[in-house]
Amino acid sequence: MFDFLDGYDLLGAFWVTVKLTLYSAAGSLIWGTILAGMRVSPVPVMRVFSTAYVNVVRNTPLTIVLLFTSLGLNQTMGVKLFGGSSDDVNFQLAVLGLTLYTATFVCESLRAGINTVPVGQAEAARALGLSFTQVLTLVVLPQAFRAVVAPLANVLIALTKNSTIAAAISVAEASALMKTMMENETDSITLVFAVFAFGFIVLTLPVGLLLGWVSKRVAVKR
Amino acid sequence: MKFRRTAALAAAATITLSLTATACGSGSDSDKIRIGIKFDQPGVGLKTPDGKYTGFDVDVARYVAKELGYDEKDIEFKQAPSAERENMISRGDVKFVVASYSINDERKKKVSFAGPYLLAHQDLLVRSDDNSIKDAKDLNSKKLCSVTGSTSAQNVKNDFAPKADLQEFGGYSECLTGLENKAVDALTTDDDILAGYAAQKEHHGKFKLAGLKLSDENYGIGIKKGDTELQAKINKALEKMVADGSWEKAVKANFGPANYKNEPAPKVTEKS
Repeated sequence: MFDFLDGYDLLGAFWVTVKLTLYSAAGSLIWGTILAGMRVSPVPVMRVFSTAYVNVVRNTPLTIVLLFTSLGLNQTMGVKLFGGSSDDVNFQLAVLGLTLYTATFVCESLRAGINTVPVGQAEAARALGLSFTQVLTLVVLPQAFRAVVAPLANVLIALTKNSTIAAAISVAEASALMKTMMENETDSITLVFAVFAFGFIVLTLPVGLLLGWVSKRVAVKR
Repeated sequence: MKFRRTAALAAAATITLSLTATACGSGSDSDKIRIGIKFDQPGVGLKTPDGKYTGFDVDVARYVAKELGYDEKDIEFKQAPSAERENMISRGDVKFVVASYSINDERKKKVSFAGPYLLAHQDLLVRSDDNSIKDAKDLNSKKLCSVTGSTSAQNVKNDFAPKADLQEFGGYSECLTGLENKAVDALTTDDDILAGYAAQKEHHGKFKLAGLKLSDENYGIGIKKGDTELQAKINKALEKMVADGSWEKAVKANFGPANYKNEPAPKVTEKS
């Protein structure tokens, strides 16, 4: 029944999806945290930049963001990032695009987390003479992160599935292989589709369960 | 209680109505015809923003429909994306499909074909000042572009040029952008599709076909499996289209500006 899978590197394709997701997740966590910090900072210019960035990028379709990194940055402006073969460059461009996009959602989740920390704590820390950076990194963010593990799990799951759009800029991940198989295996299209849907469930379901459990463990008891 | 009776009546009425509707179904077929085409391939099958349909496949579809006895205004075009074609035919969504549909054995397991009506070849579209590709061997050092997962892309990887740097994008338009700003050297797929793109107004003079005949693609008209009566009718229509010169005219009109050297009209081979 599953002999149509012969000759395709299914695991290899899903491995690219996993790598794409992990690199983009790490990148967007960092960039998203910086954006959230800027959004609550006392410097108006930073607040304006961060607000504008988040609202522009999160409202732009991801396909356009990725095509911009490939057609705009790479082909027109000649940006090569870390270089390597063109497959490597495409992969890096996809990570860049996914990071730029997903960071906005990380930022907004984190900002909601910051709002769960009582204002009195920040005021108390300020009164003790801590600087803004110290208040943010020592008092507010550690509690904010604990509050947003579950929403961040949501973002991570969305990112896993969004990574399929990288097929549009020549990254050979799972959905690119699916397109190839749909072209060749016309008599088992539904099965091909089911196999790939199942593959994504295998990737995302454990992530959701694990992080759901973590979010309960680390929640701040107030 | 009264409400119930009305409801029962209404239900009965609906059943009768739907029964008559199904009975009528076969009858209404004779004045409307649904045809599957591509909506996104200029020169082959394209839905323009103002709702018109243009392209060679569309011209063939219109001619065949006319020969089958349908008025042009009774044709309803449906989008037939590559992966959906077999399903649309076997479900009966469309009477036939004219959508750059290559005849092959894998597909013949699910549908029947009439035709072929066009012999296409996999070819390359290059910038008009680029003469460096003369042979399939030249491709190994080139950057090629095609659509993710397409047969043309797989042919390059598996047969013609395994060492070529092949980029797979979501659509041919992205490849054209890359070709224009020299990020890739050639766009590869069937020559009629390439000619259709090169013949677009905004691309005039920028691109040309390399003229390599990398594969043979016989485009057929997909019909329900085993419908030999329709197959014979369509074949007759296609033969007439070639004989009265409309075929030649349609080729010239759709692919002409791109310096496309068409093959002579293929002989109809798909007979029962």
